[in-house]
Amino acid sequence: MALDNSRDAFVQFNRVQKSYDGETLVVKDLNLDIPKGEFLTMLGPSGSGKTTCLMMLAGFETATHGDIMLDGVSINNIPPHKRGIGMVFQNYALFPHMTIAENLSFPLEVRKMGKSEREEKVKRALDMVEMGAFGGRRPAQLSGGQQQRVALARALVFEPELVLMDEPLGALDKQLREKMQFEITDLAHRLGITVVYVTHDQTEALTMSDRVAVFNDGRIQQIAPPDALYEEPENSFVAQFIGENNTLEGVVKEISNGRALVQLDSGDLIDCKPINVSEPGQRTRVSIRPERVEFHKDRLSPDAHLLKATVKEFIYMGDIFRTRLSVAGNDDFIIKSRNAPDQVRLQPGQEIEIGWLADDCRALDA
Amino acid sequence: MTDQTAGQDMIAADGMPLKKSLAKSLQREKMRALMLIAPLLIFVLITFIFPIGSMLFRSVENSIVQDTLPKTVVALQDWDELSGELPDEAVFTAFVEDFIIAVENKEHTRIGSRLNYEVSGMSSLFRKSARKVKKWDPVQDAPFRDKLIDVDKDWGDPATWSIIKTHSVKYTNGYFLNAIDMQRTAEGAQAQPEDKQILIKLFIRTVKMSLIITGMCILLGYPVAWILANLPNRSANMLMILVLLPFWTSLLVRTSAWKVMLQNQGVINDTLVWLGLVSNDARLEIINNQFGTITAMTHILLPFMILPMYSVMQTIPPSYLRAAKSLGATNWTAFWRVYFPQSIPGIGAGSILVFILAIGYYITPEIVGGTDGVFISNRIAYHISSSLNWGLAAALGAILLAVVLVLYWAYDKIVGIDNVKLG
Ligand SMILES: Nc1ncnc2c1ncn2[C@@H]1O[C@H](COP(=O)(O)OP(=O)(O)OP(=O)(O)O)[C@@H](O)[C@H]1O
Ligand SMILES: [Mg+2]
Repeated sequence: MALDNSRDAFVQFNRVQKSYDGETLVVKDLNLDIPKGEFLTMLGPSGSGKTTCLMMLAGFETATHGDIMLDGVSINNIPPHKRGIGMVFQNYALFPHMTIAENLSFPLEVRKMGKSEREEKVKRALDMVEMGAFGGRRPAQLSGGQQQRVALARALVFEPELVLMDEPLGALDKQLREKMQFEITDLAHRLGITVVYVTHDQTEALTMSDRVAVFNDGRIQQIAPPDALYEEPENSFVAQFIGENNTLEGVVKEISNGRALVQLDSGDLIDCKPINVSEPGQRTRVSIRPERVEFHKDRLSPDAHLLKATVKEFIYMGDIFRTRLSVAGNDDFIIKSRNAPDQVRLQPGQEIEIGWLADDCRALDA
Repeated sequence: MTDQTAGQDMIAADGMPLKKSLAKSLQREKMRALMLIAPLLIFVLITFIFPIGSMLFRSVENSIVQDTLPKTVVALQDWDELSGELPDEAVFTAFVEDFIIAVENKEHTRIGSRLNYEVSGMSSLFRKSARKVKKWDPVQDAPFRDKLIDVDKDWGDPATWSIIKTHSVKYTNGYFLNAIDMQRTAEGAQAQPEDKQILIKLFIRTVKMSLIITGMCILLGYPVAWILANLPNRSANMLMILVLLPFWTSLLVRTSAWKVMLQNQGVINDTLVWLGLVSNDARLEIINNQFGTITAMTHILLPFMILPMYSVMQTIPPSYLRAAKSLGATNWTAFWRVYFPQSIPGIGAGSILVFILAIGYYITPEIVGGTDGVFISNRIAYHISSSLNWGLAAALGAILLAVVLVLYWAYDKIVGIDNVKLG
């Protein structure tokens, strides 16, 4: 099984652990296969070990335990400069004493490339990020977005097959960030490179990636394509971390035919899809997306269990209505409804009944 | 909006023109700032600017000849010192008149030693003549020409008079000429005789040794600064204390410690002899020469190199080195092409600091420098306290100050010294 994987995995983390101080593990048992050409994003809260993983891959940190393989070869003992991995740093790390062209020419020079070839490649790389006119400037004379592009061009100019990016857009404003997100993915797919991208911005992760690895506490909580991650979170951390989410706590009453009946702490019964629960009596945290909650009874199956809810707040957001409810002792239960001509606008204080399709409600770990 | 106000002045709320009211409010701020720095300003003025000014003045001031021998100076004006003939009787008469008064006021020794700086023998000539001349009467005993030559035949030498005339100007460049191994003569500025040319050599040696010391400090300080900048905070603090330790020890103690280390029967020689690397009768001469000065001063000035280097290196993020390596550079290339160029301002700052300090250093060369390891400042000290030729000391000091100011200017160009803003 492991052998099979390693054949088509371009990058492979094999039971990797990392500790800085010999007391706590910052990365605990990391297993990850990245096929060639994939755009993989590491997403997770601050301090979850994303940068550490990237640094181990780049060779600036050594794994305390385990193997990191690149193209089927263990790179544990290969120094960073021989790994041939392109890297974009969060602060860009453009060399301030060199011009843009010299910055780009640097990786080619250390590879002993001839002058004319170098110039041609530098020009091509700069044109690729639409920075052709700026070759003679110094990094300090560029705007943040322009520096970002140059950093990208520099990481790509020596044609690495693998490029690592650590929060490369963190310093940009929202609009520019969205534009660059598109440009980076576009470029990555055009060049067919493998990208490992680190961010703690979930929108960025969802829009850019082929797959997202959600990190928490030094472990990958779930690794899946963006849609699966959003719609089928495998544990309550992922459900909470990705997108907006409602949680209710309770105990499993019975499981049958792929359905779980959960008794909430308030006594109410609801139908769920069992994900991390296997037998009655287990505590669970059920997760339901705000846009999957229904309060039009006619759209629910007649035998569905319903919950009583009190409207606390109604927020008009233009394209959607966002309503805060009090449900089964949870005052922060959110529902979202589309702004359509026939849509009901709930009034604060109003008593309603809500329900959902059992498949949309996931019974996860407690 | 701007169109409307372009023609007339903007008016502040109280009806005063805006510019005036702004200037007034700034004025008050400036006054307050001035008051705050006033104690320092006065202190600096009294203890620094005045002494330096008076020193600079002393390097050109030369009124003693005119003040002591006023009539002689006037009379000498008509004499052509290049003719090779003695001045006429009028000059001798004027001189005797002046000299009698000078002897009464006991000023003849002072002018004697002043002229002795230029030609040795003048001092004794004046003292010897004084004993005879003070018994003469300026009216009855004339003419004086032959009498004076009888007292000492030097008075019959036109060169003696030439010296008096040459150095009778109120402001002289003579001290500066002396400071660069030249002299003021009747024929203009001329080189000193070979055997008296020592000051240029001393200047060159001072600069050369300061450069060597600066170079040594760079070589020894750079790695230390690098480690300091890259160590985790706690160990960096420890190391920093070690770097700063010398600052907390008296300079004299440190220099004396080097004496203990380096002298003939010192720690290093004893150890080498004990190890058998050096035989007992061929102990190394590592003190009282240039080696001693360079060693001790490198040690003493090292912190001044490390600190500016460290503060520059601290601002270089480690991500640059990582970026270079990820781009394929070996450790050495990454250091040399990426890190080193960015640390150059630190080297520049440290070097100029150390060089400026070294070039004017006095105590250490004095203690461990012997004869060939002393600096120009030791010569200045000699002229101030032993030979009492303050004019020459002042000229040497002024030249040294000029060198340092040029360096300071260079420092400002390279590193930039924050402007002091008044208000
Ligand atoms: N050089 C280091 N020495 C010691 N501990 C470190 C070091 N670098 C990181 N850590 C610790 O390792 C943990 C993971 O750090 P890491 O930088 O990988 O987090 P991250 O997921 O990149 O977070 P962020 O999103 O804030 O960048 C943190 O608890 C951090 O304090
Ligand atoms: Mg990070």
